Amino acid sequence: MSDIHPETDDRVPPLLRVGRFLKDNPLIPLIGFLILLIGILEVMRPGILSPFWAGNMIKFAIPLAMLAAAQVLTMLTGGIDLSVGIVATSAAFVTATLTPLIGPFPAMAVAMAVGALVGLVNGFGAGIARVHPLIMTLGTGLIATGCLQVYQRFVIATGSDIPDILEWLGTGRTAGLPNGVFLFLPFAAFILWVMRFSGFGRLLFALGSNETAAKLSGVRAWQVLIALYVLSGLIAALTGLLYLGMIRAPSLSLAVPLVLPSVAAAVIGGTSIFGGRGSFAGAIVGALILRVIDTMLTLARMPEGARIALFGLIILAVTALYVRFTETR
Amino acid sequence: MSLVRKQAWVLGLLGLFVALLLITRLIQPNFGVNGLESLARASLPFAFATAAMAVAVIVGGIDLSVGSMMAVCSVTAAVLMESMGGVPAIAITLAIGTLMGLINGTLIVVTRVPDIVVTLAMLFVWQGTALLILPSPGGAASAWMRSAITGSFIIPGLPNALILVAVIVAAIWLPIRRSKLGLAIYATGSDETAAFRSGVATGHTKAMAYGLTGLFSAFGGLSLLALTGVGEPVPGPYLLAAVASVVLGGVILGGGVGGLLGPIIAVFILRIIRTILTLAGFDPNVTTIVEGTIMVGVVMFGAFLVQRSKRQAA
Repeated sequence: MSDIHPETDDRVPPLLRVGRFLKDNPLIPLIGFLILLIGILEVMRPGILSPFWAGNMIKFAIPLAMLAAAQVLTMLTGGIDLSVGIVATSAAFVTATLTPLIGPFPAMAVAMAVGALVGLVNGFGAGIARVHPLIMTLGTGLIATGCLQVYQRFVIATGSDIPDILEWLGTGRTAGLPNGVFLFLPFAAFILWVMRFSGFGRLLFALGSNETAAKLSGVRAWQVLIALYVLSGLIAALTGLLYLGMIRAPSLSLAVPLVLPSVAAAVIGGTSIFGGRGSFAGAIVGALILRVIDTMLTLARMPEGARIALFGLIILAVTALYVRFTETR
Repeated sequence: MSLVRKQAWVLGLLGLFVALLLITRLIQPNFGVNGLESLARASLPFAFATAAMAVAVIVGGIDLSVGSMMAVCSVTAAVLMESMGGVPAIAITLAIGTLMGLINGTLIVVTRVPDIVVTLAMLFVWQGTALLILPSPGGAASAWMRSAITGSFIIPGLPNALILVAVIVAAIWLPIRRSKLGLAIYATGSDETAAFRSGVATGHTKAMAYGLTGLFSAFGGLSLLALTGVGEPVPGPYLLAAVASVVLGGVILGGGVGGLLGPIIAVFILRIIRTILTLAGFDPNVTTIVEGTIMVGVVMFGAFLVQRSKRQAA
């Protein structure tokens, strides 16, 4: 391998060089890591690998990857959205309880509106009042939980019904692949398009890299942030609809356990929690990695507490490594 | 000037609290010593969580893992008390709380990752730890511990819980605030670079401040155990309440300003609003919504103040 700039490369310490390589091509080591993990899984339980198992893994990685999209987009501006879990849960619950009353499609529309509304409040807090998004989304999450509990009182008698299309998306299979991919592929294409090619995506990167510079160049930060959090709420609501079809039992804490793994998937996928750098493709691989790790922990009979603690440590370790390698915050 | 303004803020909070007490009395004429006593008891874990959060905010950070550390301490004490006496169990729990806080602080200093990210990750680490110690609510609290926070017999009319929180926080915070460490904490919080250049060991100071946060969280966990009688591994809604009380109590997010008295009065204000709503006949879930909205509003207002002071400084 002949270097074009040998003299500059010599001065860069090897660790930092590895870090830069990982930063520029996060997908290569991630996919390698995923294959390694699958290999370990096959050693742990020979014969586990099968097309059915792969389909199942993809099926359960899809909602995680979708919520991770919300985290990637908000993290681009240095934010985070911790309300996605309760938004997804609310969307699922509203859809299931309103379907017998007003029909499946109006019910789904109401559910999406709920997501947009929570996103709007988040965007107002983060964009106009300048509350740290973490605190803001935590607060709206708490309020939304209360609202959902009050709402439950009113609909407790109506019963629940799950729209056929969601059930088809959530549980059906076509040629060995879960039907969820029919929702996920266009969704992923849309997110990748937003991040790579749309003006909105560039504004997100600009705000996250250097907010002052972006503002001086004429970016109206509050408008971008409001649009961003509304989009994040819509993504969370859509995930809730899909998850409802998968689990088929609406509850008041349906998607809440997905919040932490969605943050972890985004961070593992190379998205910086400090803004300005992120990749949705990485987050998808991150979601798959988390699902494989989850399977391993289940096989090893790890208790729930160890799993939660491990996810926290993964987030911390990956973030600390990025800070160390890239020497940026 | 700023000192006068700070004291005025605390006095204003106290006035607001008294006004809210009078409103409570108007709604429910027989709200008296008993009502005040149960209010103080219910506020106890919130007060310690807020004291813990306030120290972290004053040093210029924030600790999102306060609720989880409280859960770890609550289950640790509950498990220990099944096999040993109350006093050694409490001592061990306090040591564990301080240790957890020191781990948080050291990780922040060593990894150079911002406080909010480290403590978010540690929130889950400690929550997982609590679930490992006790997968479902259980354990036991010694009887004397439960009775220590009830009643109002030390000074008639003043609830024991109130005296307890005042004595513990004052005994820990006042000597520290007057010491070199206290000065270093405020200096690091106002301007870390300036403090470092003036010879303050900012890393050490931060770690110690987070240790203090852990210690107050341990008291919070113990009071939680004393309140309910069982160790509860899933943390309650203490995080947002603590942040809101800290902001309402006049501690500015960003550090270096404020004390612990204001935030603790703010805790009682937020709790008495809940009492008023309950007495006024609101559904408990509606109360949660109103409370959440108030807390988010308070935090928004605090952020607005920070923005304005930044604009004035610029």
